[in-house]
Amino acid sequence: MSTLDQQLPNSADDMNPFAEVDFFDLEKSLRRPRTLMSVLLSGLVTVMTLLALGPLFSVVWMLFWRGGRKLSIAVFTQLPPSALEAGGGFGNAIAGTLIMIVIATLITVPVGVLSAVFLAKAKPEDKLAQAVRFAAKVLTGFPSILAGVFAYGAIVLLTGGFSAIAGSVAVSILMLPTILLTAEDAIRMVPVKMVEAAIGMGATETQTAWMVLLPTALPGILTGVMLAIARGAGETAPLLFTSLFSNYWPATNGHLNLMQPTASLAVLIYNFAGMPFENQVELAWAAALVLVLLVLITNLAGQALSSRQVR
Amino acid sequence: MSTTADILETAETTVCQPPSRWQVIADRTFRTACHTFAWVTVIGIVFIVARIILAGVPAMREYGPGFLTGTTWDPNKDAYGILPEIWGTLYSSILSLIIGTAFGVAAAIFLSEGYLGEFVFGALRVFNLHFHPFWTHLPQRLEDLLRNLIELLAAIPSVVYGLWGIFVVVPAIRPVCNWLHLKMGWFALFSTDLSGPGMLPAVLVLSIMILPTITAISRDALTSVPPKLRMAAYGLGATRWETIFAVILPTASRGVFGGVVLAFGRALGETMALAMLVGNSNRISVSLFSPANTLAALLANTFPEARPNEVAVLMYAALVLLAITLIVNILGAVILQQTSKSQQGAH
Amino acid sequence: MSLAGESNGAGVGAAPAREKTSPESEVVIDCHIRELYYGTFKAVRDTTIPIVKKSITAFIGPSGCGKSTVLRCLNRMNDLVRGFRFEGHVKYGGQDIYLPSVDPVAVRRYIGMVFQQPNPFATSIFNNVAFGLRLNGYKGDVGERVEQALKQAGLWEEVKDKLHKSGLSLSGGQQQRLCIARAIATQPGVLLMDEPCSALDPVATRKIEELMLELKKRYTIAIVTHNLHQAQRVADRTGFLYVDTTQGGRTGYLVEFGESAQIFGDPQEKHTKEYIRGEFS
Repeated sequence: MSTLDQQLPNSADDMNPFAEVDFFDLEKSLRRPRTLMSVLLSGLVTVMTLLALGPLFSVVWMLFWRGGRKLSIAVFTQLPPSALEAGGGFGNAIAGTLIMIVIATLITVPVGVLSAVFLAKAKPEDKLAQAVRFAAKVLTGFPSILAGVFAYGAIVLLTGGFSAIAGSVAVSILMLPTILLTAEDAIRMVPVKMVEAAIGMGATETQTAWMVLLPTALPGILTGVMLAIARGAGETAPLLFTSLFSNYWPATNGHLNLMQPTASLAVLIYNFAGMPFENQVELAWAAALVLVLLVLITNLAGQALSSRQVR
Repeated sequence: MSTTADILETAETTVCQPPSRWQVIADRTFRTACHTFAWVTVIGIVFIVARIILAGVPAMREYGPGFLTGTTWDPNKDAYGILPEIWGTLYSSILSLIIGTAFGVAAAIFLSEGYLGEFVFGALRVFNLHFHPFWTHLPQRLEDLLRNLIELLAAIPSVVYGLWGIFVVVPAIRPVCNWLHLKMGWFALFSTDLSGPGMLPAVLVLSIMILPTITAISRDALTSVPPKLRMAAYGLGATRWETIFAVILPTASRGVFGGVVLAFGRALGETMALAMLVGNSNRISVSLFSPANTLAALLANTFPEARPNEVAVLMYAALVLLAITLIVNILGAVILQQTSKSQQGAH
Repeated sequence: MSLAGESNGAGVGAAPAREKTSPESEVVIDCHIRELYYGTFKAVRDTTIPIVKKSITAFIGPSGCGKSTVLRCLNRMNDLVRGFRFEGHVKYGGQDIYLPSVDPVAVRRYIGMVFQQPNPFATSIFNNVAFGLRLNGYKGDVGERVEQALKQAGLWEEVKDKLHKSGLSLSGGQQQRLCIARAIATQPGVLLMDEPCSALDPVATRKIEELMLELKKRYTIAIVTHNLHQAQRVADRTGFLYVDTTQGGRTGYLVEFGESAQIFGDPQEKHTKEYIRGEFS
C-alpha cells in the first residue's frame, strides 16, 4: 500500500505512463508479418471450409439435374428394365429397402433402447456397462462390409439362400450403436431432479423408466432411431451378398416372402451405375435422388426432434 | 381460500398403497429385460467378431501367411494373395486422411473460432446495416447451418458418392491428371495416366466422406478448450493464429487426433465408393492415377459371385480387414476416452 | 467438551415439547439417528426428532449441518446415495422403515416429498398431478383428485384453463406449488419439504408459506429451511442442528428441539442463541 501511495502522485504529475509506447504501433497493418500471416491463414481456412462444402452442392445439383429428369410415377411403380429395354423403374427396390429397414428397426430398437436404459442407470464402474459401451463404440467403426460377411456366414449359409432377413440382420448390426449410444445420452440428459421427484413419490425403477425417463428422453431417442434409419437405408455393402438383388417384387400374390433375394435402392444404384446402358444409368441417378431424399428427410426429422429435447 | 372447508369434506381417504404384486413383478421383469439386453448386445458383438474370425480360420490354415504377401488372385489356379489389397487399403486411407484432416480441421477451426460472426458483421458493415438487434443470433444460426451442412456430407450414402465419383469426379479430374502425367511423368505419384477409375478419384471421394467425422470431433475438442487459456494468450498480445497454434491446437490435439484415428478406421472399412472408383485392379503402384484395389472393395466385388472355395479365402481377407480396423478403432476409442477423462479432470 | 451434554439436551428439549401440545397430538414419525455415514464420512449423529401429526416441524441450522440429510432419511431418499449407512431407527406409525423387510418404494409412497428446486415432469400440468395416482394404481376419478389437489395447493384458479399445458411453462413459484399438488394428490401420511422456497422470490415464498399453514390442517409436514423467519412463521416445532468440526469431520447433530416459540424466544443452548441472534450462519 505504502509504495503505491508514493508512486501515484509521481506518475500523475510529471510523466505520462504511456509515453514510451508508440501509438502508431497499435494500428492494424498488413505490412506487419504477424498480421499478414494471421489474415492469410484466416482466408485459407475460409476457402478450405467452402471447398469442403463444394462436393455437397455438386452432389445435390447432380442428383436433381440428372435424377430429377427421370423421376416420374412410373419409376415408383414399375420393375427394373432388362438390358436394352426402355423405361422401367425401381418400385421393387423402394419396397425392398423399406421392408428391410422396418425389420432392422424392429430388431434394433428394443435391444438398443433397453440396453441404453441399463447403461444410463448402471454405476460407472459396472463391468457389464463398460463392456456394452466399449462394444458399441467398436461397432460404430465396424466396416459395413463385415456386417455383410457376418450375415452371409450366419444366415445366408445357414438358411441356404440370399434373403431379406439376412439383409435386415446385417443392417441392424450397423444401426445398433447409433440407437444405443444416442438413447443413452438422451436418457442421461433427463434432469436428475425429475428422476428424484419420481423416486420421491414412490415410483419403482420400472415406473420411473416408463413414466419419466423414456417419455422425457423420447425426442432424443427418436433422433437416434432416425439417424440410424438414415444410415441403414443408405448402406449398400452389407446387402450385396445378403439380400442380393431381384428384378421382382418382394411380395407375390399379396404374400410377402422374406426368404428370397430382395431388391434395394442402394444395390440397384451400384448395379446400374456400372452398366453401359444410358437408361440404366439414368435410373441409377433417379434412384440415388429418391434414396438421398429418403435419407435426408429422415435425418432432418431426427434433428428437428432433437431440438425438442427437454433439458 | 374459502373453499377449504368444502375440500376438506371430499375424498378424505388416502390413495397411497405399497407397490402392488403386479407392479413388483413388472419391475423385476423390466429390470431383468434391460440387463438381459445389455448382455445380448455384448454377446452379440462378441459373437459377430468371433464368427468372422472362425470363418477365416480354414483358409488361414491352408494358405498361411503367404496369403498376406502374395500378389495374384486367380481362382482358376487356386492362387490367392492380398498384398495389393492391403497396400491399396492403407494407401488410399492414408492419402484421404491427409486431405480429410487438412480440410476437416480447417473447417473445425472456422466453425469454432468465431469467423462467421466477423464475416457476417463485416458484410453488414459494408451495407451499413450493423447494430440491428435482428442480427444478434445470425452468426450462431449460420454456424449451426454450416455445421449441419457438413454433417449432411456424412448422411449421403456412400453408393451415391460412388455414382457421383464415376460421373462427375473422374471426368473432371481426368484432363488435369493426364496433363500432369504428360508433363511430370517422371514423378512417381504421376507415373501412370488416369484411364477411368483409379486411386485419386477414390481418395478424393473418400476424403469427403471422412471429413465430417474429423470436423465434428475436432470442433468438440476445440470448443472445449477452457476460455481462460484463450484469454491468457490474447492477453499476452498473441494474434489469433498465434493463439490457435500455440495454445488451442496443442490443448485440443488429443481430441483432434482421436477424431483422425476414428476417421482412419472409417476410411479403412469404407466399401462402396472404393468398389466403384478404385478400379479393382490387382497391382501395387504409388501412382495416384493407377487403378488399384482395397480389401473392402475386393470383398464387395468378388463375394456375390464367389465359388465356395473362394468364399473361404474371402473370409480370410475379411479377417485381415477386421484385424486392421479393430486395431485402429480400439486405439481411437481409447484415445478419445482418455481425452474426455483428462478433460473431466481439468474441470 | 460438553458436546455430549448438548445432544442429550436435545432429548430433554423434545420431552416438554410433547407435553405442551394438545392431547390429541400423536407422533407420526419417530426419528432417532445415532450415526449416519456416506462412505467413511460421518454426516449426522445423535439426532432425535419426533414429528407430530397435523403440525409443521422445521429443521434449521447452518449450511452443511445435515438438516436435509436428516429429512431425506425420513423417506429413505438417502438410499439412492452411494455409500449411505444408517444406525438408529425411523418409525413411521410405529413401524421401523429401515428394517430389511421394508420396501423403500412403499415408504416413499406414504411419505411424500417436495424438493428444493421445483421439479415438475416434462408433461402436462394434469399429468404431473395425476402421476402419483397412476403410480399407486388409483382406480377412482383421477380428474376429481387432480382438481382437489390443485385447489388445496392454491393453484387451481391459475391453471384450470390450461391443464394440458406443460408443467414447465409455469413460473417458478407456480411450479413449486404444482409439485406440492403432485405430492398431496395421493394424500400421503407425511409431507417432507426440503427448502421448498430457496429457489423462489419473496412473493412466491409468501404464497407457499400461506399454503403450508393451510395444508397443516390436513397434513403432517416436516420442512427444512435456512430461513429463520420462515421457520418462525410457519413451524409449530423447531429443531436446531449444528455442525461439529471437533473430530476432524463435519458431523451434524441436533442441538435443541422444542416448540418454535421456545426455540426462538428462549433458546436454552449457547449455539442456538448465537445462531438465532445471527452471530454465524
